[in-house]
Amino acid sequence: MEMKINKTKISKTTKNDLITYGMVILVYIVVQLLVSTGHVSSLVQGLLVPFCTYVIVAVALNLTVGILGELSLGHAGFMCVGAFASAVFSLAFKESIPGGLRFFLALLIGAAAAAVVGFLVGIPVLRLRGDYLAIVTLAFGEIIKNIINALYLGVDSNGIHFSMKDALSLHMEEDGLMLIKGAQGVTGTPNDSNFTVGVLLILITLFVVLNFIHSRTGRAVMSIRDNRIAAESVGINVTKYKLVAFTLSASLAGVAGVLYAHNLSTLNALPKNFGYNMSILILVFVVLGGIGNIRGSIIAAVLLTLLPEVLRGLSDYRMLIYSIVLITMMIFNWSPNAVFFRKRLKQTLTSGRKA
Amino acid sequence: MALLETKNLGISFGGLRAVNAFDISVEKGQLYGLIGPNGAGKTTIFNLLTGVYQPDEGAILLEGVNLTGKRTIDICKAGIARTFQNIRLFGDMTVLDNVKVGLHNHYPYSTFEGIFRLPRYRKVEKEMNTKAKELLEVFGLESYADYQAKNLPYGQQRKLEIARAMATEPKLLLLDEPAAGMNPNETKELMETIRFVRERFDMTILLIEHDMKLVSGICEKLTVLNFGEVLAQGDTQDVLNNPEVITAYLGS
Repeated sequence: MEMKINKTKISKTTKNDLITYGMVILVYIVVQLLVSTGHVSSLVQGLLVPFCTYVIVAVALNLTVGILGELSLGHAGFMCVGAFASAVFSLAFKESIPGGLRFFLALLIGAAAAAVVGFLVGIPVLRLRGDYLAIVTLAFGEIIKNIINALYLGVDSNGIHFSMKDALSLHMEEDGLMLIKGAQGVTGTPNDSNFTVGVLLILITLFVVLNFIHSRTGRAVMSIRDNRIAAESVGINVTKYKLVAFTLSASLAGVAGVLYAHNLSTLNALPKNFGYNMSILILVFVVLGGIGNIRGSIIAAVLLTLLPEVLRGLSDYRMLIYSIVLITMMIFNWSPNAVFFRKRLKQTLTSGRKA
Repeated sequence: MALLETKNLGISFGGLRAVNAFDISVEKGQLYGLIGPNGAGKTTIFNLLTGVYQPDEGAILLEGVNLTGKRTIDICKAGIARTFQNIRLFGDMTVLDNVKVGLHNHYPYSTFEGIFRLPRYRKVEKEMNTKAKELLEVFGLESYADYQAKNLPYGQQRKLEIARAMATEPKLLLLDEPAAGMNPNETKELMETIRFVRERFDMTILLIEHDMKLVSGICEKLTVLNFGEVLAQGDTQDVLNNPEVITAYLGS
């Protein structure tokens, strides 16, 4: 009897995961069809890769907020680290490494750089309890953006030059290559990412996150979220597992950054793309999609990115509608009445199918 | 040698001496009760034994090994498991997963193996599922395996907490007011569960309790605390007939 119960349980979580993967693949196929038949405006086509970026970073943040139960207000900062680390790498090896391999290496570098930074931020903060992570990551996001805006990096026959002042103080040779030009950012990154690559990265991110959640480590992380004291009492090393989850989350945000960077010919660290507003926007995706609900994050990220563009025709009214949608989604996801209604609806539907 | 021994254990919070000169000696296989009025320092002693608080003085020995000053997780690994007065389950996780978290340190595989579902993940998870279901069955919770822990009835939540503690394969089980908030029927069922755990796992149990009926029904030895000090210690019936204990409980 109990064997049977367990079997249905396992297949239930697996089924849920498969639905998520399937949903992504289905959307990909539909979009590809629409694009090839010319039904997608060039404006929306240009947004396809940013969609993927937002989906990945939203899933990454959900790992911190929903699974680990800590608030991060600086995930755009980790994206920024991943973006610049990989963009510099790709620019420096633009000629010497072929496209596919270069992008793969750039991915690893971006993810690793963001992971290291996330780990360093996490070491002091995750030992504490309370909202310290939110405060520190908020500051971190702003600091990283400002550092990169003041950073000059170049490479020539004498090696690597680096300055925090201006381009002249790098003292580069004539043939040198500027990698980061302060506030002007990185120019000339090879355009390695496209929609297909983006969807592949979403699937990889999902694979990593969903399998993480269903593993022993994921359970330990969730037990800390649910009750830290009880988790300690059964021998869970709280600091270690918090760090593991946060580092993974930061590194996946880095992956989103890599995708973002390789979609643009010029990469700048602006308040718009890597600033505080971006971090909050990602958090909005996570909260409205449902905290801890990975599939919800994906849907919310796509809808809320698509919406302002679709409503562009309405000019000033679009933000009004946007806010109404936000409120509706919030009520639909979190209001006890709506949750109850959804449960009833689901019950009626499933029982109807059986009968 | 006693399984658990404390020597001259003491802790102060500011000017308050919460526990003073606490000595106890629990033999293997015993069912030992720790009783006392509200604020006597019973839960503080549990927190000292499990490393939540560090004692100002004194020593804690488990099978002769000094555990004083160790962290909670190391004490858990050394073999002391506990439950809490206000139930602390992993509410949003399933009942089965609650027990599997308890099994965590006995069934290792790396995060990497978990993410990529390598053979060791499959093997260890299978073993974990079998073991966790076994435990749930022992506690009569197998039909709840799929439930979120927070949706369990109160009595079952208590049982699940004990099941989770047993999953860590302890040598000593600490139960903090297991009968708190239970009606007489549930208390009776709980007494049977505690007895059963002891027989089945050959477990040594130290429990805090207010319910005199439960205490006199199942404990062989008692220690009575009052204002952080040991008031009486010994065989259950002797202690319960001790006039000082009666005064502490009922007033003079």
